[in-house]
Amino acid sequence: MATFHTRSAARLMMAPSVLLLFAWMIVPLATTIYFSTLNYNLLSPGDHAFLGITNYQYFLTDPAFFDALINTLLLVGGVLFITIIGGIGFALLLDQQIYGQGIVRILAIAPFFVMPTVAALVWKNMFMNPVNGLFAYFFRLAGMEPLDWLASIPLFSIIIIVAWQWLPFATLILLTSLQSLDEEQKEAAEMDGASAFSRFIYLTLPHMARAITVVILIETIFLLSVFAEILVTTNGGPGTDSTNLTYLIYSQALLQFDIGGASAGGIVAVILANIVAIFLVRIVGKNLEA
Amino acid sequence: MGSITIRNVSKTFGEAKVIPNIDLEINDGEFVVFVGPSGCGKSTLLRLIAGLEDVSGGQILIDGKDVTEAAPAERGLAMVFQSYALYPHMSVRNNIAFPLKMANMDQALINKKVEGAAKVLNLTDYLDRRPGQLSGGQRQRVAIGRAIVREPSAFLFDEPLSNLDAALRGTMRLEISDLHYQLKTTMVYVTHDQIEAMTMADKIVVLNRGNIEQVGSPLELYKSPRNLFVAGFIGSPRMNLIEGDYARSKNAKTVGIRPEHLLPSKQSGLWRGTVTVAEHLGADTFLHANVDGLGPITARVDGEFGVKHGETVYLTPDESKLHRFDDKGLALGPALTGA
Repeated sequence: MATFHTRSAARLMMAPSVLLLFAWMIVPLATTIYFSTLNYNLLSPGDHAFLGITNYQYFLTDPAFFDALINTLLLVGGVLFITIIGGIGFALLLDQQIYGQGIVRILAIAPFFVMPTVAALVWKNMFMNPVNGLFAYFFRLAGMEPLDWLASIPLFSIIIIVAWQWLPFATLILLTSLQSLDEEQKEAAEMDGASAFSRFIYLTLPHMARAITVVILIETIFLLSVFAEILVTTNGGPGTDSTNLTYLIYSQALLQFDIGGASAGGIVAVILANIVAIFLVRIVGKNLEA
Repeated sequence: MGSITIRNVSKTFGEAKVIPNIDLEINDGEFVVFVGPSGCGKSTLLRLIAGLEDVSGGQILIDGKDVTEAAPAERGLAMVFQSYALYPHMSVRNNIAFPLKMANMDQALINKKVEGAAKVLNLTDYLDRRPGQLSGGQRQRVAIGRAIVREPSAFLFDEPLSNLDAALRGTMRLEISDLHYQLKTTMVYVTHDQIEAMTMADKIVVLNRGNIEQVGSPLELYKSPRNLFVAGFIGSPRMNLIEGDYARSKNAKTVGIRPEHLLPSKQSGLWRGTVTVAEHLGADTFLHANVDGLGPITARVDGEFGVKHGETVYLTPDESKLHRFDDKGLALGPALTGA
């Protein structure tokens, strides 16, 4: 099929979309890099003096930057941990033959369809509220002082909210993988004397490795840019306790009106995301081959 | 050690009664083949013996011990699956070692056994490959290797050769027969291919709709089928079954004559027919002829017997080889010339 003619025709026909995608990426990147070198504050209109790397120096030496970096990693890592472990558990449960299987599956997948702002508001007001929240009710029922989730453990609270949203995604991907496991292999392992636990470790888990990789890659991409959940619950606070990189850049640009500084932060975030991506592809991407 | 007794075993899936009631004795060291058309319950029966399905009634005994409620691993049987069911992420070595590892055997002993099995099965050069990098025949041997390292009391084969091409099937048939000769372990083998059944078995169990139609050695089944089903199922090409006046003249509802027991002639004979298809296999030719008054008849004739489509051929049955059946389809005594 791949003759010289079809190949050159394919290149020719792909060219417009490649050019479009390239421009789509390069123009905003170039603009951001350009802004990051200017003294560009919305409160002082007029002349935007060229500053060189000063914006970067300010952003990187800002104590909030280091906090945000740690928070971002904790948020991504925490959510990944909960969704992978929980997703495997739910997938194993949903794989069982039960009455009303279809409805249970739809219910389990529902949180994924709730938009982030709504999900975060529901959690904030209905579950985590220290006065009216359901959790507070349980705490009082147990005779304890209600916990003010968003004030005392803000980052962990956000991890719970985001994990709740992403758990269905992980469950769904892992469930499909689980269902593609050959029945005869399970039976062979059973004949070979493997206990249910051994079958899970030696057969099911290796079979799901590829699906787990897919979940990690896709979730990481989205979790690095979590924003709405933080905006509607804690506003990054108290202090910088629940500020991630995305939220820090937002506050730099639209709360402090420092476009230059925010652009520098954006470039730093792009570089960090690429470092994470390289590591991920190196470490887990191997699973996607063969 | 490896006798299996099946006593009054039945199996139902919901409403469907797959196996109504079966009694069967498999002796130690025997090569038993379950054969029958698709959906006859032969695989189900094997899975009941393996413990992969629960029986709905009756008992299964292995070496005299009741294992009806025992888990598959406790029965001391090894199974080779149709799809081979190798573990795709493990090397050949780990695949073969898996049952030993699950039995918490000493690593040095495991290595010794795996290498021994690999040697027997010509897999030594492939031990570090993954199943995905092997050919169909090699995968089949790995599956057998995984079964033999356990030193089971009996091997169960579930249509193990159906995914192989014709040439390889012939080779593997010989290898499995040879393996049985070497190990002298009981083997229970399920197939729908009667050539596998005839060539490998000590004892063939013909199943139809969950019932045993006949149990016997290959030649017994060939020479004296107990009923019409077995007569039609065993033998290739199929036995010609004839009803009507000719059968009545032999005092039977139906008479059967195997294609190889028809004497062909171009000049004269008992039956006159027109050749519809002549399948030339070299040594033999299968003649499909339309015989006047009887309908289509198949004859197995010498390869040199030159007839073509549309030509006339005369066929004479060897009456000492006739099979006679009554109106219930049961065989009527030795098939000698009737009254």
